[in-house]
Amino acid sequence: MDGAELAGQVLYTWLTLVLGLILLPSAFGVSLGISEIYMKILVKTLEWATLRIETGVAKQSILKNSASVGIIQRDESPMEKGLSGLRGRDFELSDVFYFSKKGLEAIVEDEVTQRFSSEELVSWNLLTRTNVNFQYISPRLTMVWVLGVIVRYCVLLPLRLTLAFIGISLFVIGTTLVGQLPRSSLKNLLSEVVHLTCCRICVRALSGTIHYHNRQYRPQKGGICVANHTSPIDVLILTTDGCYTMVGQVHGGLMGIIQRAMVKACPHVWFERSEMKDRHLVIKRLKEHIAHKKELPILIFPEGTCINNTSVMMFKKGSFEIGGTIHPVAIKYNPQFGDAFWNSSKYNMVSYLLRVMTSWAIVCDVWYMPPMTREEGEDAVQFANRVKSAIAVQGGLTELPWDGGLKRAKVKDTFKEEQQKNYSKMIVGNGSLESELD
Amino acid sequence: MGSRSSHAAKIPDVDSIRRETGFSQASLLRLYHRFRALDRTGKGYLSRLDLQQIEALAVNPLGDRIIDSFFPDGSLRLDFPGFVRVLAHFRPVDEEEDGNRDPKEPEPLNSRMNKLRFAFQLYDLDRDGKISRHEMLQVLRLMVGVQVTEEQLESIADRTVQEADEDGDGAVSFLEFTKSLEKMNIEQKMSIRILK
Repeated sequence: MDGAELAGQVLYTWLTLVLGLILLPSAFGVSLGISEIYMKILVKTLEWATLRIETGVAKQSILKNSASVGIIQRDESPMEKGLSGLRGRDFELSDVFYFSKKGLEAIVEDEVTQRFSSEELVSWNLLTRTNVNFQYISPRLTMVWVLGVIVRYCVLLPLRLTLAFIGISLFVIGTTLVGQLPRSSLKNLLSEVVHLTCCRICVRALSGTIHYHNRQYRPQKGGICVANHTSPIDVLILTTDGCYTMVGQVHGGLMGIIQRAMVKACPHVWFERSEMKDRHLVIKRLKEHIAHKKELPILIFPEGTCINNTSVMMFKKGSFEIGGTIHPVAIKYNPQFGDAFWNSSKYNMVSYLLRVMTSWAIVCDVWYMPPMTREEGEDAVQFANRVKSAIAVQGGLTELPWDGGLKRAKVKDTFKEEQQKNYSKMIVGNGSLESELD
Repeated sequence: MGSRSSHAAKIPDVDSIRRETGFSQASLLRLYHRFRALDRTGKGYLSRLDLQQIEALAVNPLGDRIIDSFFPDGSLRLDFPGFVRVLAHFRPVDEEEDGNRDPKEPEPLNSRMNKLRFAFQLYDLDRDGKISRHEMLQVLRLMVGVQVTEEQLESIADRTVQEADEDGDGAVSFLEFTKSLEKMNIEQKMSIRILK
């Protein structure tokens, strides 16, 4: 009897604490400053750990952690220089050397594959999962690490799970209730309140610290919001600061329940899997949606897949053919506190969420950027590239022309044709074939 | 969770691979990480598809031929030793090592001869030891795509085979191939230096 009573008491106090310290302030958008204190302690601890590791490293010699330096010596000379031989410029048997060398270089190291694994850290952040080259340094560091493990798994994880559970349940219940009301401005207001409160609770569930910059450029009604994609959490981060219309596929399971609930309170655009393949249908529906200029801005991730937040890959032109004003947003996570990247080929959604909930925190910056529209004589692809560059520059990310969705499909032939064209010009454009004397 | 250690002990048969290919411990470790990264689904070996998904390789006109050289004899699985064996052909030649070599041991994989053999088999589609005019045409077609007419390509192929062919059998054997390239600085053109 006593045991059960005690457990009941503990649970009761726990829930009251959670309610009072976290839920209520979230509902009113007020912060009690607990997260800030936590972050300060965390930053101090990690700085101390970094110093210890650096002094430890000076004593031993370890492989240099070349996270950003390439692993092979590259000769970036253009095709003309790389192919020039002893004779003039006709085809030679040795031309194959250039292509095979370039090919083997790509096999050893390429720009894209590394973007689909988590960013390497410059200094260890006391999480086992990021321990790449860091070796045992001192007992004190190990103790701090053990303490960190206990704090993360025994204190933070249950707290976060509770919050996530409450957040999602409140969301589903709230939107269902609001969905009963007839369409009116009251309904929209209530739906906004429900959305924002539950998103704030969910962000606390991840210990998220988000800095919004340039809030005067927040996406307006009737526009399209475009952002770089790192994980499903991006959606959460953006909706904490404003309501959007989501676009996407209908899922099953928990996601499906959430999707159906959301749609009751405010109009989102969900597609069946078969409809997604029909590009024209998708674009048509989105065009209809923004035609009224009264609807919430549409949120789209033109990369189409999650990238590891060090670079921005090709923006698919579909989103830029709809018309309307584009509001670009750049999202950059700070990997020191927790890795937000979802490597969907390695982890499924549940293990991903568990990993996120056992990190220190999710810290990110969100930059709202001035709206852009398609200019005269600019086609959708050029416009997409322009927006992509702007986002890359703002977020401090590298820009790559490659298609991130490529891990599932084959490369377009146009890139290969360019190389073939360059080469052909060299061996045929000379005209020396015709004039050769036997 | 995948914490990577800096121990080469994780690589199976690391000593025999080191002896066979001549790569240093550090280089082998880097190549092993690369092998694991390319093996996206964690099968333990690489398939043709894994290599085809490297975009910079897929746009290379000779991409398919290069991938073929990793899968000799119609095999479908590329394990780590096989992977490194092909890459070893591109290891830069170390003069000091060359001088100290024991002549009784087999030639290192990155010798001039072996580099030439690698280039030769990019042309020799049916692996019969000769590059026929037909094979030359096919490889040329890969390199130029649709940009060049059939006649132009045929005259290039004819000229090339004629120039290299010494015994007049209408095909280029490996010896004829090496002779026509004897002045070329193969070591520099076919070397990839792995930084420490």
